[in-house]
Amino acid sequence: MKTIAIAGNPNSGKSCIFNNLTGSRQRVGNYAGVTVEFTEGTCQINDEKVKIIDLPGTYSLTAYSQEEVVSRDFIVKEKPDALMIVVDASNLERNLYFTIQLIELGVPVVIALNMVDVAEKKGFTIDTVLLSKLLGVEVVPTVAFKKEGMEELKRACLKVTKSRITPKDLTYSHELEGSLEPIIEELEKHPEFTKEYPTDWVAVKLFEEDKEVLEKLAAYENKAAIETSIELGKKFLKKHSDESPKTAVAEARYAIANGINKEVTKRNELGQRILTGKIDSFVCHRFLGWAILVGVIYALFWLSFQISGEWNWIPPIIGDEWVSPMGFVELIFENIATWASEASWMGDTMKSLFVDGIIGGVGGVLGFAPLIFFIFLFISALEDSGYIARIAFILDRVLRVFGLQGKSILALIVSGGVAGGCAVPGIMATRTLREEKDRLVTIMVAPMMNCGAKMPVYAMLIAAFFAKHEAGMMVLLMVLSWGFALISALILRKFVIKGEQTPFVMELPIYHVPTIRGVLHHTWGRTWSYIKKAGTLLLAISIVMWALMTYPKTEVDPTLDENAASQVELRNTVAGKIGTTIEPVTQIAGFDWRDNIALIGGLAAKEVVVGTLGVAYSMGDVDPEESETLATRVQEEWSKPDADGKNRGPLKAFAMIIFVMLYAPCVATLAVIKKETGSWKWTLFSTGYSTALGFVVAVLIYQIGAFLI
Amino acid sequence: MTLDKVTQGQTATIVRINGDGAIHQRLLDMGITKGTEVYIERYAPLKDPIHITVKGYSLALRIAEAKMIEVTA
Repeated sequence: MKTIAIAGNPNSGKSCIFNNLTGSRQRVGNYAGVTVEFTEGTCQINDEKVKIIDLPGTYSLTAYSQEEVVSRDFIVKEKPDALMIVVDASNLERNLYFTIQLIELGVPVVIALNMVDVAEKKGFTIDTVLLSKLLGVEVVPTVAFKKEGMEELKRACLKVTKSRITPKDLTYSHELEGSLEPIIEELEKHPEFTKEYPTDWVAVKLFEEDKEVLEKLAAYENKAAIETSIELGKKFLKKHSDESPKTAVAEARYAIANGINKEVTKRNELGQRILTGKIDSFVCHRFLGWAILVGVIYALFWLSFQISGEWNWIPPIIGDEWVSPMGFVELIFENIATWASEASWMGDTMKSLFVDGIIGGVGGVLGFAPLIFFIFLFISALEDSGYIARIAFILDRVLRVFGLQGKSILALIVSGGVAGGCAVPGIMATRTLREEKDRLVTIMVAPMMNCGAKMPVYAMLIAAFFAKHEAGMMVLLMVLSWGFALISALILRKFVIKGEQTPFVMELPIYHVPTIRGVLHHTWGRTWSYIKKAGTLLLAISIVMWALMTYPKTEVDPTLDENAASQVELRNTVAGKIGTTIEPVTQIAGFDWRDNIALIGGLAAKEVVVGTLGVAYSMGDVDPEESETLATRVQEEWSKPDADGKNRGPLKAFAMIIFVMLYAPCVATLAVIKKETGSWKWTLFSTGYSTALGFVVAVLIYQIGAFLI
Repeated sequence: MTLDKVTQGQTATIVRINGDGAIHQRLLDMGITKGTEVYIERYAPLKDPIHITVKGYSLALRIAEAKMIEVTA
């Protein structure tokens, strides 16, 4: 099968084109040996099936970031039959700079000249025929958002894979060509050193002191002659220019990009200031900017909760009332539970496993899938619109105070900074941080953000105790998680991971109205992975937890009433014994043995807390039709007045919410932390300090709160 | 003069970039090269970072980075 790799700057519409070409035929993989992810898909061109690889979006091909090294290695070593470069027509010069670096790798190239509509609005028309002639590659104008030009793009790719014509050799400035000459001359005597890499490219990389290529040279036995030639080249440059080699190379590439840009672009004087500028003057405004920021995030929560749980807009397919999506899922599981408890072929143990274990655990988690879906939906829309970059712009100054940087914000937001993220991709997103220390601090605090898995726990406890203040509570929790993460970052930066701060240079992409297709694509991907987790990992854990909470069985005094009896039974199970053993300690934060079981379960995945609480608190219920929903049940249980007559229910709920927010990252996150830091020390540190912090804060809330009420 | 001294709404031309290593390379890659005109779009609500237009697109960088960039008005 033929392979086409897609490369391009971030925000060039690269992933949109990839989605257009491959549809749903995609899978995510990892490059061998490194942690950079890639997406792979297939596409039908005429009668041929073609493999399409989406390379990471980068601005350059230096050795300063893993993504850039992975991209260039892939192109050189895997030798795709064609390299498609997605170029933002409205931002031609900088995109051409990257294109030139890709062309230097000497593979057949097709340019997707994307966003030609935006360029036109900006007042530019681009002569694609001339551009094609100047670079010696196929150029296809496209508007990926509207799927325009996709067929032409496919045809151009096919043509190039057949002809395998590589682009023209580019001619740099006189100073650079002169400097490279001795190096190229020498390299041609060492084919065993350059191997599969184009000689010219190796010469440029050696000249601009690329770390990776220099390391390869250091390991090469006949390096002395090459090193001498590099010195010759540098001397030549010194004679003709006062720039450093690195600057000279970048400037030479930009000189070509600039020249081509001027030649192919016609500027229409009537070009309007595009909408992005106008929007930014509001969104980044000194005062308005903050109001919009808070408003957008509040609206995101409010809408997600209303649409998924408050507004009854699902027609009465099951039952005879209009329900909300969450109500609908709940109804499905209620019906299944009813059916199971009436099924006479099931034994009592099987009924208990099915109703209490599986439906109680998995059903409880899946019940929140609609909420997760709508939160992801709005976050994806914000991501695609370009607003997330503005959040980083507005908040960078604040973050820096805490020893983080604007890019950390991306990792924190993905981890759940605007709720509903996941620390796993969040921690992976820290790879864009080039400074190891900033990266490590970000990794250590990212799991404190409100990830999607914590949402069901929050949602359940809020529904039980703070139902009237749903949106307000969610904003408070968001503020608190940021607060804890940032203060922890500051402390870690001051005392544990010390060192200089790193730079912040970030493109502010133009705003886009997100396409429904693109947003649904992201949202469905994320929601589906959540549901899959519920169906596999959580199913297994639910069953294990059920077993731990059922066995060993005990004989109970028959004079006890039903609920008291089941309490005694549960207390004598394995889980009950663990929970009881640590109860004297956890009791300081208000957690009893049942809560302990749930919190231990949450180490596997935070949402398990809900499922396990479900099992723990519905254990005595035989008839599921009379079993209350978990929130009502927990509310009843926890609101029972204590010996001093005080109702500590809301306090306990709040202490638990904060504990769940802060305590040890889930197993999946720990695995990623281990992978990304390459150190057990940091993995254990992350577990230990977050659990300690969570417990101390929970105790403070519970004890001080109890003193005040 | 360095870029951080340029006021909002002004245009300046880049003379050179001081500094070295990854940040230097990054600025070059983003189009901060000798002779390029930059327009100061705005300062962030907290006066840092700066939003500039360079080579027809929008870029955000911190005052600390702007101090590395020498310009003429």
